[in-house]
Amino acid sequence: MLRLSCGLALGLLAAPAALSSAAFADEVTTFTLDNGMQAVVIEDHRAPVVTHMVWYRAGSADERRGTSGIAHFLEHLMFKGTDAVPDGQFSQIVEAQGGYDNAFTSSDQTAYFQRLAADRLELVMRMEADRMRNLTLTEEDVATEREVILEERAQRIDSSPEALFSEQMDAAQYLNHPYGTPNIGWRAEMAALSRQDALDWYGLYYAPNNAILIVAGDVDPAEVKALAEKYYAPLAPSAGVPERARPAEPPQLAERRLSFSDPNIAQPYVTRRYLAPERDAGAQEEAAALVFLAALLGGNAQTSLLSRALTFEQKIAVSAGAGYDATSLDDTTFGLYAVPAPGVSLSTVEAAMDKVLDDLLKNGVDPAQFARLKTQMKAELIYRRDNVGDLAEDYGAALTSGLTIADVEAWPDVLQKVTAEDVITVARKVLDRRHAVTGWAMRTGAEEKLP
Amino acid sequence: MIRFLFAAVFSALALPALAEVKIAEVTSPGGIKAWLVEEHGIPFTALELRFRGGTSLDAPDRRGAVMLMAALLEEGADGLDSKGFAERREELAARIGFDANADAVTVSVQMLTENRDEVVKLLKSALINPRFDQDAIDRVKGQIQSIIQSQATSPDDIGREAMDAALYGDHPYGSSDLGTAESAAALTRDDLLAAKAATMARDRLYVSVVGDITGEELGKLIDGLLGDLPATGTPLPGPVTPAFAGGVTVVPFDTPQSVILFGQPGVPWQDPDYYPAYVLNQILGGGGFTARLMTEVREKRGLTYGVSTDLVNMDLADSWQGSLASSNEKAAEAVTVIREVWADVAANGVTAEELEAAKTYMTGSYPLRFDGNDNIARILVGMQMDGFPIDYPAHRNEKIEAVTLEDVKRVARERMKPDQLTFTIVGRPAGLGSTN
Repeated sequence: MLRLSCGLALGLLAAPAALSSAAFADEVTTFTLDNGMQAVVIEDHRAPVVTHMVWYRAGSADERRGTSGIAHFLEHLMFKGTDAVPDGQFSQIVEAQGGYDNAFTSSDQTAYFQRLAADRLELVMRMEADRMRNLTLTEEDVATEREVILEERAQRIDSSPEALFSEQMDAAQYLNHPYGTPNIGWRAEMAALSRQDALDWYGLYYAPNNAILIVAGDVDPAEVKALAEKYYAPLAPSAGVPERARPAEPPQLAERRLSFSDPNIAQPYVTRRYLAPERDAGAQEEAAALVFLAALLGGNAQTSLLSRALTFEQKIAVSAGAGYDATSLDDTTFGLYAVPAPGVSLSTVEAAMDKVLDDLLKNGVDPAQFARLKTQMKAELIYRRDNVGDLAEDYGAALTSGLTIADVEAWPDVLQKVTAEDVITVARKVLDRRHAVTGWAMRTGAEEKLP
Repeated sequence: MIRFLFAAVFSALALPALAEVKIAEVTSPGGIKAWLVEEHGIPFTALELRFRGGTSLDAPDRRGAVMLMAALLEEGADGLDSKGFAERREELAARIGFDANADAVTVSVQMLTENRDEVVKLLKSALINPRFDQDAIDRVKGQIQSIIQSQATSPDDIGREAMDAALYGDHPYGSSDLGTAESAAALTRDDLLAAKAATMARDRLYVSVVGDITGEELGKLIDGLLGDLPATGTPLPGPVTPAFAGGVTVVPFDTPQSVILFGQPGVPWQDPDYYPAYVLNQILGGGGFTARLMTEVREKRGLTYGVSTDLVNMDLADSWQGSLASSNEKAAEAVTVIREVWADVAANGVTAEELEAAKTYMTGSYPLRFDGNDNIARILVGMQMDGFPIDYPAHRNEKIEAVTLEDVKRVARERMKPDQLTFTIVGRPAGLGSTN
């Protein structure tokens, strides 16, 4: 749940500059069932707990135009019932076992998960396999749940000027690709989603050959495989799962600038997002260099370049940063933001932000700063082993974004091999304003004119 | 996300009942106590410190001083300025976080075994001799002012502040611990030194450590790290009884959805009714999808994305509070349904099935909280602050199991106060106005 109360910087960017990495290979076992369902088992025997997840290669960017929000709506409806587990009992049964369950939908994937005592794995696997193929929906379920997703949209988007502006930024970013449509959907289209829309979506994408099983925790991979053979293997694959060839972006030739004002923008800010490459199977080098670029420009609030220049030296910004999420099926974005200090104009901070970019391209990367980032990334390999849930998400997100297990395992090495020159090369390519949207968010009545 | 994510107000009770969690009490040669779980599987250690009192120790006309002080601990110490400190932390790949809340100044650290001594040295300089350089003070003050400004247009924050002011009045719990734009602007370096001296002393310190370290190593570490802190700080303020007057207060604000906060008097940890009340809250509005309020307000009527309640046990006040957001045109119905559920449960209690389901969930989910060294360290330090015995994890589920249907019915009847259920609503709720 995104809340902006903890600081304005949140929400302005697609994602913070994450130095993520993967598990050591000896803790990870993978296999594929005959029906095409892929599986990853991550062992962690420190506590008798398991996380069971099923990820579908279906997200909001796969939606048919005019039905925005259907991926997320179906996610909600998946908790309604089947003949075997009717009337919303799925969560009740998990809770009665002391477990926790939930689900989430993003542009490229929909995932369902349960976390509970490791000896109850079979129960949730049986129920998750059941609802992959046997969902039943009444008109009444659909009508009530539609009200819930509209309230969800009201809470997460419509009540937040920052979220509304971010939605407008995305829409301007993508000229043709569906990443320009919000995950949760446009309100008018959400309100028109029907039971048949939900069932059509379910029929198209919910199949074992379009799903990935991830089990993380105190489990034996051989036992997980035996259970998967018992519950998931009997499910028939679908022949008609669509290719994920989304409408492609045409060449972006014109810089876009947006001006947004709202009475509830207390603190004006400037944000810019450049279209940027993502991790591709067998070719993750550019994305890895962008991870470093984001960390150098805007990772740490005391040492990164934007903070140093705008907040410490020139004292013209309250805060400034950069962000990049490397894992995505199609082209993603690289983001920057700055919040001006009182009395400083947006054009001043934007110009200073651009000067930081120019200086980096001209002067290159500070070797000491670069070395510290490498050290931190190595340490992340150790820290991340403390939370197998994060590792499970790394695998799930990657495998539903066109990457392979080999890509996930290679990623830490790819990151370590990035050179300072690679960072500058990718910066020259990506930091091109013809591919970018720049937004000014302002308080109504206190607007500045765009240059 | 199908499910509203519930705020972990209640995390202080979170303890694993696992046989594997062997908590040892370590007393350093210098006499400082710590709770330790040795976990040598991953070469790093999580350390949590709490200094009881936190922002409630702000001097009356210096609101915001403790928060600003905590935010400045990472902005330079001894020979390192802000940048130097941050660079050193990066070189050591250490994670160090300082924060403050109404009940404590908090320090959270994760450090690799290979450079633990160096991290401790850096941390010590921040705890003992932070610089509080004027340019850092000005910069961080600007960031806090920016947050204060943003909160002034955030319905959630407006609601929280209005509710707290009504409940706690002049007590420190009654105002934002960031201070106001004016009070934050007036803070000086001397105020920060005073705030540090008031809050960060050994007489209110709690320590927990989980990870790749032995008891003997830990004893030396904490003496070196904490031995030079002052022995005593400022006395804590007294407890406060929240004033739940009943009725509705509407704070008019232009937003499509009303933010609704509600609450009534709480039940302290030490109260014999605590465990029945804890189970009752789970059934009424606890984290589950199946709680009464979630079923009635969301599942049956689609009036919200999520509603939850918590027994909120702070050091100096106890309350029972909940929140939700609902479109302006539906907010009145949501309030009516919540009132009806509250009155119904108070009068009629819950069913045997609901009680069994809640107990199975609560006892079964308890071990799941054990997920990672940093989480366990946070849980252990919270346990110490709340005065739980070190063997509590082994017995916590027995306390839940012992709750009977009669207990829950009696506690519902005696402790739920429909007349005192007080609502603060931020928005333009149709058909709702302030009643007092």
